[in-house]
Amino acid sequence: MAAGVAAWLPFARAAAIGWMPVANCPMPLAPADKNKRQDELIILNVSGRRFQTWRTTLERYPDTLLGSTEKEFFFNEDTKEYFFDRDPEVFRCVLNFYRTGKLHYPRYECISAYDDELAFYGILPEIIGDCCYEEYKDRKRENAERLMDDNDSENNQESLPSLSFRQTMWRAFENPHTSTLALVFYYVTGFFIAVSVITNVVETVPCGTVPGNKELPCGERYAVAFFCLDTACVMIFTVEYLLRLFAAPSRYRFIRSVMSIIDVVAIMPYYIGLVMTNNEDVSGAFVTLRVFRVFRIFKFSRHSQGLRILGYTLKSCASELGFLLFSLTMAIIIFATVMFYAEKGSSASKFTSIPASFWYTIVTMTTLGYGDMVPKTIAGKIFGSICSLSGVLVIALPVPVIVSNFSRIYHQNQRADKRRAQKKARLARIRVAKTGSSNAYLHSKRNGLLNEALELTGSPEDEHLTKTTSLIESQHHHLLHCLEKTTGLSYLVDDPLLSVRTSTIKNHEFIDEQMFEQNCMESSMQNYPSTRSPSLSSHPGLTTSCCSRRSKKTTHLPNSNLPATRLRSMQELSTIHIQGSEQPSLTTSRSSLNLKADDGLRPNCKGSQITTAIISIPTPPALTPEGESRPPPSSPGSTTNIPPIGSNIVKVSAL
Amino acid sequence: MLTLEWESEGLQTVGIVVIICASLKLLHLLGLIDFSEDSVEDEMEMATVRHRPEALELLEAQSKFTKKELQILYRGFKNECPSGVVNEETFKEIYSQFFPQGDSTTYAHFLFNAFDTDHNGSVSFEDFVMGLSILLRGTVQEKLNWAFNLYDINKDGYITKEEMLDIMKAIYDMMGKCTYPVLKEDAPRQHVETFFQKMDKNKDGVVTIDEFIESCQKDENIMRSMQLFENVI
Repeated sequence: MAAGVAAWLPFARAAAIGWMPVANCPMPLAPADKNKRQDELIILNVSGRRFQTWRTTLERYPDTLLGSTEKEFFFNEDTKEYFFDRDPEVFRCVLNFYRTGKLHYPRYECISAYDDELAFYGILPEIIGDCCYEEYKDRKRENAERLMDDNDSENNQESLPSLSFRQTMWRAFENPHTSTLALVFYYVTGFFIAVSVITNVVETVPCGTVPGNKELPCGERYAVAFFCLDTACVMIFTVEYLLRLFAAPSRYRFIRSVMSIIDVVAIMPYYIGLVMTNNEDVSGAFVTLRVFRVFRIFKFSRHSQGLRILGYTLKSCASELGFLLFSLTMAIIIFATVMFYAEKGSSASKFTSIPASFWYTIVTMTTLGYGDMVPKTIAGKIFGSICSLSGVLVIALPVPVIVSNFSRIYHQNQRADKRRAQKKARLARIRVAKTGSSNAYLHSKRNGLLNEALELTGSPEDEHLTKTTSLIESQHHHLLHCLEKTTGLSYLVDDPLLSVRTSTIKNHEFIDEQMFEQNCMESSMQNYPSTRSPSLSSHPGLTTSCCSRRSKKTTHLPNSNLPATRLRSMQELSTIHIQGSEQPSLTTSRSSLNLKADDGLRPNCKGSQITTAIISIPTPPALTPEGESRPPPSSPGSTTNIPPIGSNIVKVSAL
Repeated sequence: MLTLEWESEGLQTVGIVVIICASLKLLHLLGLIDFSEDSVEDEMEMATVRHRPEALELLEAQSKFTKKELQILYRGFKNECPSGVVNEETFKEIYSQFFPQGDSTTYAHFLFNAFDTDHNGSVSFEDFVMGLSILLRGTVQEKLNWAFNLYDINKDGYITKEEMLDIMKAIYDMMGKCTYPVLKEDAPRQHVETFFQKMDKNKDGVVTIDEFIESCQKDENIMRSMQLFENVI
């Protein structure tokens, strides 16, 4: 029952009194209307815009969000209104649906946004009114096609890891941009198609005479040359066809496809000609077959997008073309008959029969007007003029339909190509933004470590280093931190700044100025706030150990189990290393949060209690992530690297 | 000779064609023939009829509804019929929404006539309110009066058997075909016989208003069912 009519239910019930006197049986009791609330206005606050309506209006559709008790979830006690954090524009349409019973789709609205809103309010899109349903369906279909297009092109561009030779070949044929070889093949075939077509054309041009006063076409004068050219072209085409046949994923479908038929038709005449040259009887047919050689020009459609679109358009406009043909035929027959009878009287009239008048009618209707047949009587002239006028109309009618179809398909194709080109740039930009945000975790980690270091050392001057992170960020980082703790691994943090800073904070007397200038980054023992290393955590401050290659440096590690001397600490480190890892490649630093880090670290923890991890702090924001340089991995025993300038490695051992 | 003959024949053809077209145009101008069949324009003209009901206070005085009830009634009424009046087509459409299985057009027609007290072919809000006022807030006498008015199709003060049969058939039509037990052909007629036996006191084949009211007041069932829809609004 339509909801608007629900308002008339009281009337229908009242009118039922008319049945009472004639009723045979007693009436059932009326349902008691408990909870009979006076109809009240309720306020719906949608992103600040207030809508008001009667409660009963909303209750017309009890299976939607607004009509059921689900809206109580959105009730705001303080303001006594229902607050929805959604788009007010679309809500207007939704509320109008409740009021009038008809759901409309505004044209300016994005289709997926609209769908989302409808899904939120629990309204099926199928009840969109007839006035807007067409538009809605069209837009939805367009959108779906576009998404499918994108998906397809994505799939195409994925480099599938293991393609068989056959599949690679097929891909090369279908999409010449995949490899240089394919491109070469593409251009070579294109060139040969052109050569073949040109030879066909030039063959018939008369060039020079032979003694005997006969104009010879070039084809007969240089028969051998042309034959060789033809053979070469056909060889190429045959090879190409066989290769495509071999590479096609579905040979049967390939054979039935239009392009393959064109290929076959293009090369068949040559072979048939080879077989039949000797037989004079069928030479006429042989000549006809040569006509088919011109079909080679259709092979260009593989090379030209526009040509394919034209073909597709004609196919999709088949009904319009059919209508055009049909109406033309009707008109031709009518006018031919009329002209014939009108011109029957005139002497020496060319309109000898109705079929003969067909030619006149066609020529006149298409406004060609050769003038080989003209009416001579007055009536003939009158009808002839009517014929030409109507011809213009009949032809002009279906043509715009075909043109608009072509234009639509062509533009769609252009858009698809443009989208594909833009997509790469878009994805690259998105990637940069994402890695920027993923580095934020590592930044904050560094800052967190710094914070603790600073707290421990109590130096106030470096507080400005700390970045204020939002609550969400800090919660996210805490989550990642918990994961680290759970698994006993940790993410790699890569930062030149940190070690430099830490080196300046404390024990800078141990830092070689040389090294400092060279911006050495190598290991500094980082005070990792790990409860598992009490010895280190009691360490009051950050200790730095400079690049172990600099023998002049000494490492100071107070309160640590590690020996004070750098050498010994290095040994210790190396022992830690050896104990902990069997893979030297572990020392490769990674600074991304992705799973590769975990995967790489996992081989490290061969169940040993000691896990060594390399944490490289990300480069400061001035450098792009891609610009980061990684120090090369070092040998297992030594923890030393001469790192390239600009990146520091901080080694942390989590004990 | 032959050519001249043919040429004149050709000209004659042209002449005939011209005359035919001209005569058709003349007839169209005279309005005897209609080429285009658009009654849509006619419909659109009708839709521009607007009717504004009388003031709320007046209606409140005339009917037995309160202001609030009138407001609710009017909102529903205006929602369905923005032009302010209900014509028979719309009425039938609305009423048939409540009885999807059967064909309620005949009964809706009778109902429409019962509501359309001034018989101008459309039910305005005043008619609507007055009718509902009687049905929902009126005395039993008034309700029975209204029912009698409904059954008396030609409004001559007597209910004949034919009129009753029409009404009965219309009511049974609303039930539709899929009923249990299956509707028998003569069920309406039987029903009418029962009715007349009960109502027609002097057995003269017609029921007058007094007979009707008297018989109904004696029947307990009918009296009780009259109160059934008291609190519809």
